[in-house]
Amino acid sequence: MSAQQVDAALIAPVVALAVAAVVVLLADLVAPGRRNLCAGLAVAGLVVTGALIPSAARDLPAARGTFCAPGSSAVAGCSLVVDRFSVVLWSVALFGALIVALLSWSASLASPQPAAVGEYYALLLASTAGVLSLAASRDLLTLLVSLELVTLPVVVLVAVRGWATSAEGAVKLFLVSTLGLGISVFGAAVVLGATGHVHLARISRAVAQPDWPTGRLSALTVGLVLLLVAFGIKVALVPLHIWAPETYTGAPIPIAGYLAVVSKLAGVAGILLVLVVGFAPLASRWAPLLAVVAAVTMTVANLVALRQREAIGLLAWSSIAQAGWVVAPLAAAGWDSEAARRASVVYLVCYAAMTLATFTAVTLVGRARTTVGGGLALSDFHGLARTEPLTAGLLVFALACLAGLPPGLVGLFAKLAAFSPVVGGGQVWLAVIMALNVALALAYYLRWAAMVFARPEGGVEPISFRLSIPDGVAVGLTLTAIVVLSAAPTLVFHLVG
Amino acid sequence: MTTTVTSQLGPSGLHSASQLWLLAALALPALGALLLLVTPAGWWQRWSSRVQPVTVAVGISTVTLAVTVLGTALGRPLSLSWVPSLGISFGVRSDALSGPLVVLTAAITWLCLVHLVRVRPVAGRPRALAGLILLVQTGLMGVFLATDLMQFFVFFEVALVPLWFMVAVWGSDVEETTPDGHQLITTAHRAATQFVCYTVVGSTLMLVGLLLVGLRAGTFDMALLTQRAANGWGLSTSTQLAALALIGTGLAIKVPIWPLHAWLPAAHTAAPTVGSVLLAAVMLKTGTYGLLRIAVPILPEAMVRVAPYLAGLAVAGIVIAALACLRQTDLKRMIAYGSVGHMGFVVLGISTLTPVGLTGAMLANIAHGIITGLLFFLVGALKDRYHTSALADLPRGLYGRLPRLGVLLAFAAFASLGLPGLAGFWGELFTLMGAYHPASVGSHTLPQGLFHVYLGVAVVGLVLTAAYLLRMVRQVVQGPSSGHPRHDSASTAGWVGELSGHELLVFAPLAVAALVLGLAPQLLTWLVSPWAQHLLEGVR
Repeated sequence: MSAQQVDAALIAPVVALAVAAVVVLLADLVAPGRRNLCAGLAVAGLVVTGALIPSAARDLPAARGTFCAPGSSAVAGCSLVVDRFSVVLWSVALFGALIVALLSWSASLASPQPAAVGEYYALLLASTAGVLSLAASRDLLTLLVSLELVTLPVVVLVAVRGWATSAEGAVKLFLVSTLGLGISVFGAAVVLGATGHVHLARISRAVAQPDWPTGRLSALTVGLVLLLVAFGIKVALVPLHIWAPETYTGAPIPIAGYLAVVSKLAGVAGILLVLVVGFAPLASRWAPLLAVVAAVTMTVANLVALRQREAIGLLAWSSIAQAGWVVAPLAAAGWDSEAARRASVVYLVCYAAMTLATFTAVTLVGRARTTVGGGLALSDFHGLARTEPLTAGLLVFALACLAGLPPGLVGLFAKLAAFSPVVGGGQVWLAVIMALNVALALAYYLRWAAMVFARPEGGVEPISFRLSIPDGVAVGLTLTAIVVLSAAPTLVFHLVG
Repeated sequence: MTTTVTSQLGPSGLHSASQLWLLAALALPALGALLLLVTPAGWWQRWSSRVQPVTVAVGISTVTLAVTVLGTALGRPLSLSWVPSLGISFGVRSDALSGPLVVLTAAITWLCLVHLVRVRPVAGRPRALAGLILLVQTGLMGVFLATDLMQFFVFFEVALVPLWFMVAVWGSDVEETTPDGHQLITTAHRAATQFVCYTVVGSTLMLVGLLLVGLRAGTFDMALLTQRAANGWGLSTSTQLAALALIGTGLAIKVPIWPLHAWLPAAHTAAPTVGSVLLAAVMLKTGTYGLLRIAVPILPEAMVRVAPYLAGLAVAGIVIAALACLRQTDLKRMIAYGSVGHMGFVVLGISTLTPVGLTGAMLANIAHGIITGLLFFLVGALKDRYHTSALADLPRGLYGRLPRLGVLLAFAAFASLGLPGLAGFWGELFTLMGAYHPASVGSHTLPQGLFHVYLGVAVVGLVLTAAYLLRMVRQVVQGPSSGHPRHDSASTAGWVGELSGHELLVFAPLAVAALVLGLAPQLLTWLVSPWAQHLLEGVR
């Protein structure tokens, strides 16, 4: 394979999304402010991109690479690799972006205003293209550039409503992300200096050499930790989570969902790639750090979430806590790094399905309730089961999944998958902390679910609304996802391999 | 017994129709719950204006009961692969240990639903309550029938959320007078949340322990794990101890073993009558069943080391619960506290690690289910009539006012205090016999002197139990039937009729069962004692 040859099928999904973004912008230029046109084009772009995945994945389970450095025979020297990992993350990211696009379709106070609708969808597609590119990239530079492509459009999307809270959230996200990227670039430079490679597979081969001087190994570890900062910010791991609550509450609700699922997925993908593909031989050095971060993240976030009285704030903290669960299996990477990565991805896939379902229900309720600059209180959900049984059912089922209680079996099996390597790797202390966190989280999920069934308080009418067609499709898709995965949890394990 | 166990190993797949009986017993209540909970209210009004939803639930429950009885007698075990990538299978199996509990569950559920036909809950819709009862039944039967550790855990959790709703929505707030005269009010909502949070902490710790067992042993199949431990090549002692600490904590909260019982009195008192019956008569048994099914046969070496401490907590619970009962001012709360003492006997029996002790534990388990179920039904009947269960506000002299109710209440109290000839007697007798000769096997002989002390303390607990139950009988049942200031005035008198035929239909089977098991304990012992020996094969 010569270095200049590019496998078009492999980059087709990323390119298709970028093209779709441009098409949406052009359409908005020709016919300004046409909501249905822009949203329709964006949804079509996402669907077409999804349809391109099978041809990119035609060699599975064997991996295929492109943009390869000269002289490399296998995928180890390639910057872009399509394997099972990339394909799973691509599918989840596209599904998430599709739900977000559908939920933004109907006009309301919470949706982008007519003048901004073209930019809104173009930026959404551009950011998603960044996620796709990140999940397939296998060198430090592509990873970091893709990460920036994920972040910058989201900053604008957060601010799109133009409220004071939105601007505050967007600025916070922008500052923290930029600072994080700077630190990570520095970390990448240290890693490059210590190993002489940017390709993860080559770094892995280099650090596996036994004859490293201790000083250089320490420098490399410091470089690795710095490198992870930008990704940790995307995942919102404590203490890199400080931007999350305000940004979530400031953003339009679908964009908060995007931050919680798609953009978080990009961060997890980066962490998994760097650690498991690049630094697995050093697992004994970084796994304890990940264990502590996971334990602190879920405990702190759950304790704060217990005090939340506002729906989006609660979801922000709950998604931070869930991020702790996603990285917890990596604590056992010293035992079996592949099993740890698989467990992480399984949890991530399940988390995406149940969080998207929650955000779908919350968006519908929020749209009916939101006033300019106002939040969505948990008490706004009082009596929802009486007026909107379908949305209420979706929300309660999704909350049961997040809590990991039957009937939400998808969440329960995700937790099982996360526990397995941790217990198998002998980190029983972490498993006990995780177990206690299940109970903490249950308290607030259950309280919310109970509100849905409660009688409305003192003369306040429960919310009722009409579902538009895109809303109905979003409800149908997310409900199907969590019901099917709960009925046949083995599907996720099969998908992840 | 080893041959019957060997034939159950591994996912065997489906190859005969008799394997479907137990699966049907599990699926029927689940489908019934789905039918009752998911169908919109309008559907029932339009299509079935003549058929009450609760009646439909009773129908489903009747079929389930029949299928369960047939299934425990004739059904063959079934095991299917569920989540192969995690090595988890799904199976149903009924043997001497689980069979009686499965039948008890199906029977108690049936009685609860029949009760619900006439005796409507104070708040909330009866249709949803009936659906939740069926859902709880699914979870509990799933726990008893499970063949796989993970399946055991999943069903352990199934009953939780429905029970939360049952207590929070259909329950009533609990008023309690502290010794210094303050009124403490625990809302039903709070009692339910407390119960669920306690249980979930326990069950998730248990999950970690179960994973530890399964991942270290390479299988989650309970029969296989039991057989390995019996053959002496089970898990290492340190792994067993860690696993037992985690699993044991989870089960101890469920049983509950003192001092992890704090959730119980409030939850049982706040729950509606059918909820209290299900909680006390069946749900507590999942904890002791877990000790018998997992802790003793799969973690025998750890169990031998922990048994003296476990027995200590059990007898402490017996005495403390009885003392607490003597101070209770509320009848329902008193019976709830009494459960802690009775379950203490079950745990003491298990901790002796002797065949007679384990047999006693299983007998006491079933007996407590029958007697406490009856007691909660009777208190519910009193509450329906007088709208209170406070001892001070209930009228005296039930013998004179409502003779049938009074006689039944006295009968249940005598059964509960372990009168010879009634069901409560045998389990406690066998347990005490076990404690007199605790297991003395191999290098880990249980300290006989210590167990004799426990025996003495447990007997004191028995006397105290008799004391509080007799006090209750004197206060409520005996005495002159006239002249109660609150309930004889026309303004407060509600409906205070004698037990209706319908109520008798619900209460009589439990009273008859308590009598039959008291007169002929061999009905259970011939089934259970061989299994008690089998469970102890690993204890060496």
